Amino acid sequence: MERNVCLIAGGMSEWGVREASLRDMFQEAGKACFEDNPAVTNKDVDGLIVASAYTERCSFQTHLAPLVAEYLGIKPKSICARVELLCASGSSGIILAYGLIKAGIADVVMVAGGEKLYMPQKWEVFYSELASVDHDWDGAQGLGLPPPAFAMVAKQHMKLYGTTEEQLALVSVKNRRNGLNNPRGHFRQPIDLQTAMTARPIVPPLKLYDCCPVTDGCAAVILACEEKAKDLTDRPLVYIRGTGQATLNNMSANMPNWTTWEALKVAAQKAYADAGVKPGDIDVAQTHDCFTISEIIEYEDLGFCEKGEGGLFIQEGKSDFGGQVPVNTDGGLLSCGHPFGGTGIRQAIEIMKQLQGRAVRQVEGARIGLTHNLSGFIAAHTVIIYGRDKD
Amino acid sequence: MGFEKFGRVSFTAQTKVAGFVEQLEKGEVAASRCTRCGARYFPPRADCYQCLGGEVVFEPVRGTGRLISFTTANYAPTGFEADVPYTLALADFDGLKVFGRMSREVPPQELAVGLAVNLAVVRLPDGQLTYEFIKA
Repeated sequence: MERNVCLIAGGMSEWGVREASLRDMFQEAGKACFEDNPAVTNKDVDGLIVASAYTERCSFQTHLAPLVAEYLGIKPKSICARVELLCASGSSGIILAYGLIKAGIADVVMVAGGEKLYMPQKWEVFYSELASVDHDWDGAQGLGLPPPAFAMVAKQHMKLYGTTEEQLALVSVKNRRNGLNNPRGHFRQPIDLQTAMTARPIVPPLKLYDCCPVTDGCAAVILACEEKAKDLTDRPLVYIRGTGQATLNNMSANMPNWTTWEALKVAAQKAYADAGVKPGDIDVAQTHDCFTISEIIEYEDLGFCEKGEGGLFIQEGKSDFGGQVPVNTDGGLLSCGHPFGGTGIRQAIEIMKQLQGRAVRQVEGARIGLTHNLSGFIAAHTVIIYGRDKD
Repeated sequence: MGFEKFGRVSFTAQTKVAGFVEQLEKGEVAASRCTRCGARYFPPRADCYQCLGGEVVFEPVRGTGRLISFTTANYAPTGFEADVPYTLALADFDGLKVFGRMSREVPPQELAVGLAVNLAVVRLPDGQLTYEFIKA
């Protein structure tokens, strides 16, 4: 029999430019996760999924899950493995844990994810990024990931739909303001519109604050079957209601459409159908704002607004607190940073807190939340829907 | 072996489509065509996922393409630092989408979505072979 699955705890290490090793930060995140919910301990956890993309390259460490288990005092017996889908590694881990618990293979699973990206030798990230695109063909042309790709997307979106640089900048102004809501995020200083508009160009039309930073950090959540969750938390239960993960291309040239992310629509429709909800039912969302243009397209392809109206959606405040659906309420990637394997988990933590009514800045009465990650050359999309109610 | 000659920086020496480099040597940028169903792929592939055919031939991508989008990179991944700034572009050649560099000969102010482009093979000073877009 299929079981309901709940999110019962979550915590993050400090995110930023860290003088700390990957294992240090996994330990910090695990500690923060257990501190978040003292009712659950490492002895209650029967499975561990670790999400990390660059662990071999940046930390020269494979077989990572048993290492993290050892450092957190977890003795897994149902699952102990690592998962990789670059920027969506964390959300992939959550979907896999969800499936294992739902199917009765595991009961209580920690999903921990993160990266150590800043290295003493600075070229490491810029070398590794070439592995994230199609290495043999796109990489050979010097297509680093990701600013040039998203600049091309932005240029097309601006031409097709009249999206403006100011609308892009408004996304970063909102998310930097929301970054005050995550005490462990990378950036916690707001910026104003003029600062965003006059920042130095990175890849036109994208300027400095249109781009999320490279970040060190880890995050962890614990998922449990409903029966166990009732014993392991005093807080309102937060259920996973639906999931979707879709891909339609990997190589740049094979992307079906640069400004309508077809795979995102596929993943979202699957998750909405699983959850039995519509875009209009989402009270709060954490979307993959690796670049400001990404968040604008995500409003559209998640169905929060019509195609081409993403620029107006931010301009009219519809994605801010008090608007139609507050997006990236803890600052998103633009503020918190983006240690790939950690991002989906950070998003899950913020949604869990919002649905439990204990976020730093609360969306009043939020009962349904959504997370979205994109990964690779905008090549895969992962959507998870959470609810305060099981159906 | 042979494929290591492709690209500003090469990452792969061995591939079943290393014949792509022989085509570059002849001055052609080649797609693959499945001999069974006719499906064309760029970059070339050794097998066809549509009919599961395993025989392909190289066929030059000819004619004029249209720029779909482009951008100029001011920072570069490791190995490409000396090239910045460089312009990356995507163009549509009658349904085949080709990703590559824009020739430095094209003045930046002339770059525009929809610009007509051709493909040209380029031999780099270090002997590497690649291709780029030039104005049609």
